[in-house]
Amino acid sequence: MMAVVTVAIAVQGNLFAVVVLGSIYSFLMATALVALDAVDVAMTEASVGAGISTVLLLGALHLVRGEEQKPRGRPWLPLAASVVMAGVLVYGTFGLPGFSDAGAPIHQHVVPRYLNDAVRETGVPNVVTAVLASYRGYDTLGETTVVFTAGAGVIALLRRRRRDRRDGDVR
Amino acid sequence: MSAFGHFSYWITMFLLAAGLYIVIARGHLVKKLVGLSIFQTSVYLLYIAPGKLVGGTAPIISDKFTVYSNPLPHVLILTAIVVGIATLALGLALVVRIREAYGSAEEDEILAQDERAARDARAT
Repeated sequence: MMAVVTVAIAVQGNLFAVVVLGSIYSFLMATALVALDAVDVAMTEASVGAGISTVLLLGALHLVRGEEQKPRGRPWLPLAASVVMAGVLVYGTFGLPGFSDAGAPIHQHVVPRYLNDAVRETGVPNVVTAVLASYRGYDTLGETTVVFTAGAGVIALLRRRRRDRRDGDVR
Repeated sequence: MSAFGHFSYWITMFLLAAGLYIVIARGHLVKKLVGLSIFQTSVYLLYIAPGKLVGGTAPIISDKFTVYSNPLPHVLILTAIVVGIATLALGLALVVRIREAYGSAEEDEILAQDERAARDARAT
């Protein structure tokens, strides 16, 4: 189903429909994440991916005022490049451990310690929260720095525009 | 089982290729950003899917369960989602600025205008 929505996004020319389909896609992704036991990530994806990013895209679409995009000819070269890349990556997956393999390296390294000791060491039963806020607190600090920088960048870009317009009015 | 065991990776690779195709082949800058977010969500799947254990549950410690899915990729992807929305917002702000400067958000027209400007600069 997610694949169908993705193909629809690729072929759809109406940008408003693309944004709405993108929102549907995010909800489907959140559902898949619940099925994969990643409830915190699913909640974030549903609120951020389907909510905030849709609002941002619609706002940008309103400012850009480009409802229809022009059809492009010659899609074969990018299509071939994408298919070749997907083929190489699928070939690469055969070297990876299979789905739900408890002996895979991902389940061996620091994770047993998090699962066994997180409650005793941090007092938080939700291990994702414990790792996010305690063990990897500096990651989260870096993340807020990135968000702050992006917000400052957006304000800088859009404020300059408003000032330009005001100067234009004076002249 | 071994063929089915890599199915989640193949879904991921399909989404990755589709996102890349949208970014390369579609001209409108807003649509390119939608393609970029599809590319990003495929990476979320690439991280989360190997952490799942069949028969396990979400990593919230309780006496009733013994098998949990891997919490570390969840944490990394939570960070990635938030950073992704930040970059999306910055990209959209750039698109709005480009639209104001060029009067268009189509890649073809922007490149054509740039070429025209370069030719004029050379002529003078």
